[in-house]
Amino acid sequence: MSAACEPEAGPPSAFGARSLQLAREAWERGGGRRRRASLAPFFCAFLLLAVLPAFALVLPALSGRVVDEANILDQAARTALTQKLADLEAKTTDQLVVVTLRSLQGTSIEDFGVELGRRRRIGQQGKNNGVLLIVAPSERKVRIEVGYGLEGTLTDAVSKLIIENAIIPRFRANDVPGGVARGVDDIISVLTGDAEEWKQRAAKRPDPTPLWGPIINLILALVVFGLIFIFIVGAMPSGPNNRRRGRSGSGWPSGSSWWTGSSGGFSGGGFSGGGGSFGGGGSSGSW
Amino acid sequence: MSNTSSVWRAACIPVLVAGLGLLLAGCGVNNIPSYEESAKAQWSQVLNQYQRRADLIPNLVETVKGYAAQERQVLEEVINARARATQVQLQIPPDIVNNPEAFKRFQDAQAQLTGALGRLLAVSERYPDLKSNQNFLALQSQLEGTENRIAVARRDYIEVVRQYNTELRTFPGVIWASTLYRSNKPMETFTVAEDVTRPPQVKF
Repeated sequence: MSAACEPEAGPPSAFGARSLQLAREAWERGGGRRRRASLAPFFCAFLLLAVLPAFALVLPALSGRVVDEANILDQAARTALTQKLADLEAKTTDQLVVVTLRSLQGTSIEDFGVELGRRRRIGQQGKNNGVLLIVAPSERKVRIEVGYGLEGTLTDAVSKLIIENAIIPRFRANDVPGGVARGVDDIISVLTGDAEEWKQRAAKRPDPTPLWGPIINLILALVVFGLIFIFIVGAMPSGPNNRRRGRSGSGWPSGSSWWTGSSGGFSGGGFSGGGGSFGGGGSSGSW
Repeated sequence: MSNTSSVWRAACIPVLVAGLGLLLAGCGVNNIPSYEESAKAQWSQVLNQYQRRADLIPNLVETVKGYAAQERQVLEEVINARARATQVQLQIPPDIVNNPEAFKRFQDAQAQLTGALGRLLAVSERYPDLKSNQNFLALQSQLEGTENRIAVARRDYIEVVRQYNTELRTFPGVIWASTLYRSNKPMETFTVAEDVTRPPQVKF
Protein backbone atom coordinates (compact mmCIF):
# COMPACT_ATOMS: atom_id res chain seq x y z
CA MET A 1 0.00 0.00 0.00
CA SER A 2 2.86 2.33 0.61
CA ALA A 3 4.04 1.81 -2.95
CA ALA A 4 0.66 2.85 -4.22
CA CYS A 5 0.63 5.99 -2.12
CA GLU A 6 4.14 7.26 -2.36
CA PRO A 7 3.85 9.00 -5.74
CA GLU A 8 1.08 11.15 -4.29
CA ALA A 9 3.04 11.96 -1.19
CA GLY A 10 5.13 14.51 -3.06
CA PRO A 11 8.31 15.94 -1.58
CA PRO A 12 9.61 14.34 1.59
CA SER A 13 8.33 16.17 4.60
CA ALA A 14 8.41 15.73 8.32
CA PHE A 15 4.64 15.93 8.47
CA GLY A 16 4.10 13.53 5.60
CA ALA A 17 6.63 11.08 6.99
CA ARG A 18 4.98 11.15 10.38
CA SER A 19 1.52 10.53 8.98
CA LEU A 20 2.95 7.73 6.85
CA GLN A 21 4.35 6.15 9.96
CA LEU A 22 1.05 6.61 11.79
CA ALA A 23 -0.81 5.11 8.87
CA ARG A 24 1.51 2.10 8.86
CA GLU A 25 1.01 1.57 12.56
CA ALA A 26 -2.74 1.83 12.20
CA TRP A 27 -2.61 -0.60 9.32
CA GLU A 28 -0.64 -3.12 11.31
CA ARG A 29 -3.04 -2.81 14.23
CA GLY A 30 -5.93 -3.16 11.82
CA GLY A 31 -5.06 -6.72 10.92
CA GLY A 32 -2.46 -6.34 8.20
CA ARG A 33 -2.59 -7.97 4.86
CA ARG A 34 -6.11 -9.31 4.85
CA ARG A 35 -7.65 -5.83 5.08
CA ARG A 36 -5.20 -4.31 2.70
CA ALA A 37 -7.53 -3.91 -0.26
CA SER A 38 -10.30 -2.16 1.62
CA LEU A 39 -8.04 0.17 3.59
CA ALA A 40 -5.64 1.28 0.89
CA PRO A 41 -7.82 3.99 -0.68
CA PHE A 42 -8.54 5.51 2.72
CA PHE A 43 -4.89 5.71 3.56
CA CYS A 44 -4.10 7.20 0.20
CA ALA A 45 -6.78 9.85 0.70
CA PHE A 46 -5.54 10.50 4.21
CA LEU A 47 -1.96 10.90 3.07
CA LEU A 48 -2.99 13.20 0.26
CA LEU A 49 -4.90 15.36 2.74
CA ALA A 50 -2.00 15.33 5.13
CA VAL A 51 0.49 16.42 2.51
CA LEU A 52 -1.64 18.99 0.69
CA PRO A 53 -1.29 21.85 3.18
CA ALA A 54 2.00 23.56 2.60
CA PHE A 55 3.33 23.04 6.09
CA ALA A 56 6.01 20.72 4.90
CA LEU A 57 8.96 23.09 5.15
CA VAL A 58 11.05 23.40 8.25
CA LEU A 59 11.47 27.13 8.58
CA PRO A 60 14.30 28.81 10.47
CA ALA A 61 13.32 30.43 13.75
CA LEU A 62 12.96 34.19 13.55
CA SER A 63 15.77 34.87 15.98
CA GLY A 64 16.19 38.48 14.93
CA ARG A 65 16.13 40.77 11.92
CA VAL A 66 19.10 38.91 10.48
CA VAL A 67 18.69 35.14 10.52
CA ASP A 68 22.00 33.74 9.34
CA GLU A 69 21.22 30.06 9.19
CA ALA A 70 23.80 29.41 6.46
CA ASN A 71 26.43 31.20 8.53
CA ILE A 72 27.80 33.35 5.74
CA LEU A 73 27.88 36.69 7.55
CA ASP A 74 30.33 37.64 10.28
CA GLN A 75 29.28 39.09 13.60
CA ALA A 76 30.12 42.68 12.65
CA ALA A 77 28.08 42.46 9.46
CA ARG A 78 25.13 41.00 11.35
CA THR A 79 25.20 43.77 13.95
CA ALA A 80 25.47 46.48 11.31
CA LEU A 81 22.59 45.00 9.29
CA THR A 82 20.40 44.58 12.35
CA GLN A 83 20.92 48.24 13.22
CA LYS A 84 19.99 49.38 9.72
CA LEU A 85 16.88 47.21 9.66
CA ALA A 86 15.76 48.41 13.09
CA ASP A 87 16.24 52.01 11.96
CA LEU A 88 14.12 51.33 8.90
CA GLU A 89 11.29 49.93 10.96
CA ALA A 90 11.47 52.84 13.39
CA LYS A 91 11.24 55.27 10.48
CA THR A 92 8.67 53.65 8.19
CA THR A 93 7.28 50.63 10.14
CA ASP A 94 8.37 48.46 7.19
CA GLN A 95 9.87 45.21 8.39
CA LEU A 96 12.83 44.07 6.33
CA VAL A 97 14.34 40.74 7.34
CA VAL A 98 17.48 39.12 5.97
CA VAL A 99 17.47 35.33 5.94
CA THR A 100 20.22 33.02 4.76
CA LEU A 101 19.27 29.39 4.34
CA ARG A 102 21.31 26.24 4.64
CA SER A 103 19.04 24.51 2.17
CA LEU A 104 15.84 25.12 0.23
CA GLN A 105 14.67 21.62 1.20
CA GLY A 106 13.89 20.70 -2.38
CA THR A 107 11.41 23.49 -3.05
CA SER A 108 11.84 26.69 -5.05
CA ILE A 109 13.06 29.87 -3.41
CA GLU A 110 9.75 31.51 -4.41
CA ASP A 111 7.77 28.91 -2.43
CA PHE A 112 10.11 29.20 0.49
CA GLY A 113 9.83 32.99 0.47
CA VAL A 114 6.04 33.13 0.57
CA GLU A 115 5.85 30.41 3.20
CA LEU A 116 8.46 32.06 5.40
CA GLY A 117 6.90 35.50 5.09
CA ARG A 118 3.41 34.27 5.81
CA ARG A 119 4.17 31.95 8.67
CA ARG A 120 6.57 34.32 10.41
CA ARG A 121 4.13 37.15 9.67
CA ILE A 122 6.72 39.66 8.57
CA GLY A 123 5.33 43.18 8.24
CA GLN A 124 2.69 45.06 10.19
CA GLN A 125 -0.80 43.70 10.46
CA GLY A 126 -3.13 45.46 8.06
CA LYS A 127 -0.26 47.15 6.22
CA ASN A 128 1.42 43.95 5.03
CA ASN A 129 4.65 45.87 4.64
CA GLY A 130 7.20 43.11 5.10
CA VAL A 131 10.18 42.43 2.87
CA LEU A 132 12.44 39.39 2.95
CA LEU A 133 15.89 39.19 1.44
CA ILE A 134 16.57 35.47 1.16
CA VAL A 135 19.93 34.01 0.24
CA ALA A 136 20.38 30.28 -0.36
CA PRO A 137 24.11 29.86 -0.98
CA SER A 138 24.02 26.11 -1.55
CA GLU A 139 21.51 26.51 -4.38
CA ARG A 140 23.11 29.83 -5.43
CA LYS A 141 19.72 31.54 -5.34
CA VAL A 142 18.68 34.91 -4.01
CA ARG A 143 15.21 36.40 -3.73
CA ILE A 144 13.54 39.59 -2.60
CA GLU A 145 10.09 38.64 -1.34
CA VAL A 146 7.75 41.61 -1.08
CA GLY A 147 4.65 41.79 1.09
CA TYR A 148 1.26 42.74 -0.36
CA GLY A 149 1.43 46.31 0.87
CA LEU A 150 4.81 47.14 -0.67
CA GLU A 151 4.25 45.60 -4.08
CA GLY A 152 3.54 49.05 -5.48
CA THR A 153 6.78 50.53 -4.14
CA LEU A 154 9.28 47.72 -4.37
CA THR A 155 7.95 46.39 -7.67
CA ASP A 156 9.08 43.20 -9.35
CA ALA A 157 11.13 45.20 -11.84
CA VAL A 158 12.84 47.24 -9.10
CA SER A 159 13.61 44.10 -7.08
CA LYS A 160 15.03 42.50 -10.18
CA LEU A 161 17.26 45.51 -10.76
CA ILE A 162 18.52 45.40 -7.18
CA ILE A 163 19.28 41.70 -7.48
CA GLU A 164 20.97 41.98 -10.85
CA ASN A 165 22.94 45.17 -10.23
CA ALA A 166 23.70 45.26 -6.52
CA ILE A 167 23.69 41.71 -5.26
CA ILE A 168 24.66 39.20 -7.92
CA PRO A 169 27.89 40.87 -9.14
CA ARG A 170 29.21 40.83 -5.54
CA PHE A 171 28.06 37.28 -4.94
CA ARG A 172 29.85 36.21 -8.11
CA ALA A 173 32.99 37.85 -6.77
CA ASN A 174 32.55 35.82 -3.56
CA ASP A 175 31.72 38.91 -1.52
CA VAL A 176 28.51 37.63 0.09
CA PRO A 177 28.41 40.07 3.04
CA GLY A 178 29.07 42.95 0.64
CA GLY A 179 26.28 41.82 -1.67
CA VAL A 180 23.81 41.44 1.17
CA ALA A 181 24.75 44.84 2.66
CA ARG A 182 24.45 46.59 -0.70
CA GLY A 183 21.15 44.87 -1.44
CA VAL A 184 19.77 45.94 1.93
CA ASP A 185 20.95 49.52 1.34
CA ASP A 186 19.21 49.61 -2.02
CA ILE A 187 15.98 48.15 -0.69
CA ILE A 188 16.01 50.70 2.14
CA SER A 189 16.63 53.55 -0.27
CA VAL A 190 13.67 52.42 -2.38
CA LEU A 191 11.44 52.05 0.68
CA THR A 192 12.36 55.44 2.11
CA GLY A 193 12.48 56.99 -1.37
CA ASP A 194 10.38 59.42 -3.33
CA ALA A 195 7.54 61.42 -1.91
CA GLU A 196 5.44 60.19 -4.82
CA GLU A 197 6.01 56.65 -3.85
CA TRP A 198 4.98 57.53 -0.35
CA LYS A 199 1.69 58.86 -1.62
CA GLN A 200 1.00 55.69 -3.56
CA ARG A 201 1.47 53.70 -0.43
CA ALA A 202 -1.53 55.36 1.20
CA ALA A 203 -3.68 52.76 -0.53
CA LYS A 204 -2.44 49.60 1.09
CA ARG A 205 -4.08 46.34 0.26
CA PRO A 206 -6.30 45.05 3.04
CA ASP A 207 -5.81 41.73 4.75
CA PRO A 208 -7.70 38.70 3.54
CA THR A 209 -10.66 37.77 5.70
CA PRO A 210 -9.45 36.20 8.95
CA LEU A 211 -10.25 32.56 9.52
CA TRP A 212 -11.02 33.06 13.22
CA GLY A 213 -14.80 33.09 12.90
CA PRO A 214 -15.38 29.60 14.33
CA ILE A 215 -12.89 30.15 17.16
CA ILE A 216 -14.53 33.41 18.19
CA ASN A 217 -17.92 31.71 18.03
CA LEU A 218 -16.67 28.91 20.22
CA ILE A 219 -15.22 31.31 22.78
CA LEU A 220 -18.47 33.30 22.86
CA ALA A 221 -20.44 30.10 23.30
CA LEU A 222 -18.16 29.13 26.17
CA VAL A 223 -18.59 32.54 27.79
CA VAL A 224 -22.37 32.40 27.55
CA PHE A 225 -22.40 28.82 28.73
CA GLY A 226 -20.28 29.89 31.68
CA LEU A 227 -22.72 32.75 32.41
CA ILE A 228 -25.66 30.36 32.36
CA PHE A 229 -23.76 28.07 34.63
CA ILE A 230 -23.10 30.94 37.02
CA PHE A 231 -26.78 31.94 36.89
CA ILE A 232 -27.86 28.43 37.74
CA VAL A 233 -25.30 27.93 40.43
CA GLY A 234 -25.82 31.55 41.55
CA ALA A 235 -29.00 30.51 43.36
CA MET A 236 -26.69 28.98 45.90
CA PRO A 237 -25.00 31.60 48.09
CA SER A 238 -21.56 30.00 47.83
CA GLY A 239 -20.45 32.59 45.24
CA PRO A 240 -19.27 32.20 41.68
CA ASN A 241 -16.63 29.71 40.78
CA ASN A 242 -13.87 31.47 38.97
CA ARG A 243 -12.56 29.00 36.47
CA ARG A 244 -9.64 30.22 34.52
CA ARG A 245 -10.02 30.16 30.81
CA GLY A 246 -7.73 30.93 27.91
CA ARG A 247 -4.62 29.59 26.39
CA SER A 248 -1.09 30.11 27.44
CA GLY A 249 0.94 31.72 24.67
CA SER A 250 4.03 29.60 24.81
CA GLY A 251 5.97 30.75 21.77
CA TRP A 252 5.64 29.32 18.33
CA PRO A 253 4.62 25.70 17.93
CA SER A 254 6.59 24.68 14.86
CA GLY A 255 4.59 22.73 12.32
CA SER A 256 1.21 23.99 13.38
CA SER A 257 -0.86 26.32 11.25
CA TRP A 258 0.28 29.92 11.35
CA TRP A 259 -2.84 31.62 12.59
CA THR A 260 -3.36 29.73 15.81
CA GLY A 261 -1.34 32.16 17.92
CA SER A 262 -2.79 35.64 17.92
CA SER A 263 0.63 37.23 17.90
CA GLY A 264 4.02 35.70 17.52
CA GLY A 265 6.13 35.50 20.64
CA PHE A 266 9.68 34.79 19.64
CA SER A 267 12.28 34.33 22.27
CA GLY A 268 15.46 36.31 21.99
CA GLY A 269 16.36 39.25 19.81
CA GLY A 270 13.31 41.21 20.91
CA PHE A 271 11.88 40.99 17.41
CA SER A 272 8.80 39.40 15.99
CA GLY A 273 6.70 39.51 12.88
CA GLY A 274 3.91 42.05 13.08
CA GLY A 275 1.22 40.08 11.24
CA GLY A 276 1.81 40.93 7.60
CA SER A 277 0.95 38.74 4.65
CA PHE A 278 2.53 37.92 1.31
CA GLY A 279 1.19 37.10 -2.11
CA GLY A 280 4.24 36.21 -4.16
CA GLY A 281 5.52 39.63 -5.15
CA GLY A 282 9.20 40.28 -5.67
CA SER A 283 11.92 38.82 -7.80
CA SER A 284 14.56 36.11 -7.79
CA GLY A 285 17.97 35.60 -9.28
CA SER A 286 20.77 33.08 -9.27
CA TRP A 287 24.49 33.44 -9.47
CA MET B 1 -36.24 36.33 48.23
CA SER B 2 -38.81 34.79 45.86
CA ASN B 3 -38.88 38.13 43.99
CA THR B 4 -35.19 38.04 43.27
CA SER B 5 -35.34 34.43 42.13
CA SER B 6 -38.10 35.19 39.59
CA VAL B 7 -36.01 38.09 38.28
CA TRP B 8 -33.16 35.65 37.87
CA ARG B 9 -35.42 33.25 36.02
CA ALA B 10 -36.70 35.98 33.69
CA ALA B 11 -33.14 36.99 32.91
CA CYS B 12 -32.23 33.39 32.28
CA ILE B 13 -34.53 32.86 29.27
CA PRO B 14 -33.00 35.32 26.77
CA VAL B 15 -29.55 34.29 27.93
CA LEU B 16 -30.44 30.66 27.31
CA VAL B 17 -31.79 31.44 23.85
CA ALA B 18 -28.70 33.46 22.97
CA GLY B 19 -26.56 30.72 24.43
CA LEU B 20 -28.25 28.08 22.29
CA GLY B 21 -27.66 30.15 19.17
CA LEU B 22 -24.03 30.61 20.02
CA LEU B 23 -23.63 26.94 20.85
CA LEU B 24 -25.08 26.14 17.45
CA ALA B 25 -22.58 28.53 15.90
CA GLY B 26 -19.88 26.78 17.88
CA CYS B 27 -20.98 23.52 16.25
CA GLY B 28 -19.95 24.94 12.89
CA VAL B 29 -23.28 25.94 11.41
CA ASN B 30 -21.51 28.95 9.93
CA ASN B 31 -18.57 27.04 8.53
CA ILE B 32 -19.99 26.18 5.14
CA PRO B 33 -21.02 29.71 4.14
CA SER B 34 -17.86 31.27 5.51
CA TYR B 35 -15.58 28.76 3.75
CA GLU B 36 -17.60 29.30 0.63
CA GLU B 37 -17.09 33.04 0.83
CA SER B 38 -13.35 32.73 1.35
CA ALA B 39 -13.11 30.29 -1.56
CA LYS B 40 -14.97 32.77 -3.75
CA ALA B 41 -12.68 35.59 -2.64
CA GLN B 42 -9.67 33.47 -3.41
CA TRP B 43 -11.07 32.62 -6.81
CA SER B 44 -11.38 36.35 -7.54
CA GLN B 45 -7.74 36.69 -6.58
CA VAL B 46 -6.82 33.96 -9.10
CA LEU B 47 -8.78 35.77 -11.83
CA ASN B 48 -7.17 39.04 -10.80
CA GLN B 49 -3.66 37.66 -11.22
CA TYR B 50 -4.47 36.05 -14.58
CA GLN B 51 -5.88 39.38 -15.70
CA ARG B 52 -2.69 41.09 -14.60
CA ARG B 53 -0.73 38.71 -16.79
CA ALA B 54 -3.02 39.37 -19.76
CA ASP B 55 -2.52 43.11 -19.27
CA LEU B 56 1.25 42.76 -19.48
CA ILE B 57 1.20 40.92 -22.79
CA PRO B 58 0.47 43.71 -25.34
CA ASN B 59 3.50 45.68 -24.13
CA LEU B 60 5.67 42.60 -24.17
CA VAL B 61 4.60 41.69 -27.70
CA GLU B 62 5.27 45.23 -28.93
CA THR B 63 8.73 45.24 -27.41
CA VAL B 64 9.64 41.87 -28.89
CA LYS B 65 8.27 42.94 -32.28
CA GLY B 66 10.68 45.85 -32.32
CA TYR B 67 13.65 43.50 -32.25
CA ALA B 68 12.41 40.20 -33.60
CA ALA B 69 9.59 40.96 -36.03
CA GLN B 70 10.51 37.87 -38.05
CA GLU B 71 9.29 35.61 -35.25
CA ARG B 72 5.81 36.14 -36.54
CA GLN B 73 4.50 32.70 -35.73
CA VAL B 74 5.42 32.81 -32.05
CA LEU B 75 4.13 36.34 -31.68
CA GLU B 76 0.82 35.51 -33.28
CA GLU B 77 0.48 32.45 -31.13
CA VAL B 78 0.81 34.62 -28.02
CA ILE B 79 -1.65 37.22 -29.34
CA ASN B 80 -4.19 34.54 -30.23
CA ALA B 81 -3.80 32.69 -26.96
CA ARG B 82 -4.27 35.93 -25.07
CA ALA B 83 -7.36 36.78 -27.08
CA ARG B 84 -8.79 33.35 -26.37
CA ALA B 85 -8.01 33.54 -22.68
CA THR B 86 -9.57 37.00 -22.42
CA GLN B 87 -12.64 35.83 -24.28
CA VAL B 88 -13.06 32.83 -21.99
CA GLN B 89 -12.58 35.10 -19.00
CA LEU B 90 -15.30 37.46 -20.28
CA GLN B 91 -17.74 34.59 -20.75
CA ILE B 92 -17.19 33.08 -17.35
CA PRO B 93 -20.52 31.85 -16.03
CA PRO B 94 -21.26 32.93 -12.45
CA ASP B 95 -21.15 29.33 -11.26
CA ILE B 96 -17.75 28.53 -12.78
CA VAL B 97 -16.33 27.18 -9.54
CA ASN B 98 -19.10 24.56 -9.43
CA ASN B 99 -19.12 23.94 -13.18
CA PRO B 100 -16.47 21.41 -14.27
CA GLU B 101 -16.80 22.18 -17.99
CA ALA B 102 -16.46 25.93 -17.69
CA PHE B 103 -13.64 25.49 -15.21
CA LYS B 104 -11.77 23.22 -17.59
CA ARG B 105 -12.28 25.67 -20.48
CA PHE B 106 -10.81 28.45 -18.37
CA GLN B 107 -7.91 26.33 -17.23
CA ASP B 108 -7.10 25.14 -20.77
CA ALA B 109 -7.17 28.66 -22.18
CA GLN B 110 -4.79 29.88 -19.47
CA ALA B 111 -2.51 26.87 -19.91
CA GLN B 112 -2.31 27.59 -23.62
CA LEU B 113 -1.32 31.17 -22.91
CA THR B 114 1.31 29.98 -20.44
CA GLY B 115 2.77 27.73 -23.12
CA ALA B 116 2.77 30.42 -25.80
CA LEU B 117 4.44 32.90 -23.43
CA GLY B 118 7.08 30.33 -22.56
CA ARG B 119 7.90 29.89 -26.24
CA LEU B 120 8.04 33.65 -26.79
CA LEU B 121 10.52 34.10 -23.96
CA ALA B 122 12.57 31.15 -25.20
CA VAL B 123 12.72 32.67 -28.68
CA SER B 124 13.73 36.08 -27.37
CA GLU B 125 16.85 34.46 -25.93
CA ARG B 126 18.23 34.49 -29.49
CA TYR B 127 18.20 38.28 -29.75
CA PRO B 128 20.96 39.88 -27.67
CA ASP B 129 19.72 43.41 -28.38
CA LEU B 130 16.28 42.50 -27.14
CA LYS B 131 17.67 40.77 -24.07
CA SER B 132 19.54 43.88 -23.02
CA ASN B 133 16.63 46.22 -23.69
CA GLN B 134 15.61 47.88 -20.40
CA ASN B 135 11.94 47.82 -21.22
CA PHE B 136 12.07 44.15 -22.05
CA LEU B 137 13.94 43.36 -18.84
CA ALA B 138 11.35 45.19 -16.78
CA LEU B 139 8.48 43.43 -18.55
CA GLN B 140 10.19 40.10 -18.18
CA SER B 141 10.63 40.52 -14.43
CA GLN B 142 7.01 41.64 -14.11
CA LEU B 143 5.91 38.59 -16.03
CA GLU B 144 7.97 36.32 -13.79
CA GLY B 145 6.53 38.00 -10.73
CA THR B 146 3.01 37.63 -12.08
CA GLU B 147 3.51 33.95 -12.85
CA ASN B 148 4.65 33.53 -9.27
CA ARG B 149 1.63 35.42 -7.97
CA ILE B 150 -0.61 33.21 -10.08
CA ALA B 151 1.03 30.15 -8.55
CA VAL B 152 0.52 31.51 -5.03
CA ALA B 153 -3.11 32.48 -5.72
CA ARG B 154 -3.86 29.08 -7.20
CA ARG B 155 -2.30 27.31 -4.26
CA ASP B 156 -4.33 29.42 -1.83
CA TYR B 157 -7.48 28.70 -3.82
CA ILE B 158 -6.76 24.97 -3.82
CA GLU B 159 -6.30 25.09 -0.07
CA VAL B 160 -9.56 26.94 0.73
CA VAL B 161 -11.52 24.74 -1.67
CA ARG B 162 -10.07 21.68 0.01
CA GLN B 163 -11.26 23.08 3.34
CA TYR B 164 -14.72 23.85 1.95
CA ASN B 165 -15.15 20.50 0.21
CA THR B 166 -13.95 18.65 3.29
CA GLU B 167 -16.46 20.54 5.43
CA LEU B 168 -19.27 19.51 3.07
CA ARG B 169 -18.41 15.84 3.45
CA THR B 170 -17.28 15.41 7.02
CA PHE B 171 -19.02 15.51 10.37
CA PRO B 172 -20.46 17.85 11.61
CA GLY B 173 -20.51 19.85 8.38
CA VAL B 174 -22.28 17.07 6.51
CA ILE B 175 -25.32 17.55 8.76
CA TRP B 176 -25.63 21.20 7.83
CA ALA B 177 -24.83 20.42 4.19
CA SER B 178 -27.73 17.99 3.99
CA THR B 179 -30.19 20.22 5.85
CA LEU B 180 -29.55 23.96 5.73
CA TYR B 181 -27.21 24.23 2.76
CA ARG B 182 -28.52 21.70 0.29
CA SER B 183 -27.73 23.94 -2.66
CA ASN B 184 -24.03 24.05 -1.80
CA LYS B 185 -22.04 21.88 -4.18
CA PRO B 186 -18.37 20.91 -3.96
CA MET B 187 -16.11 23.33 -5.82
CA GLU B 188 -13.77 22.63 -8.70
CA THR B 189 -10.07 22.90 -8.13
CA PHE B 190 -7.02 23.09 -10.35
CA THR B 191 -5.77 19.75 -11.55
CA VAL B 192 -2.22 18.75 -10.78
CA ALA B 193 -1.34 18.33 -14.44
CA GLU B 194 -1.41 22.06 -15.09
CA ASP B 195 0.00 22.80 -11.70
CA VAL B 196 3.20 21.03 -12.65
CA THR B 197 3.58 23.20 -15.73
CA ARG B 198 6.52 25.39 -14.91
CA PRO B 199 6.31 29.14 -15.42
CA PRO B 200 8.61 30.35 -18.17
CA GLN B 201 12.14 30.07 -16.88
CA VAL B 202 14.47 32.80 -18.01
CA LYS B 203 18.23 32.69 -17.76
CA PHE B 204 20.42 35.72 -18.01
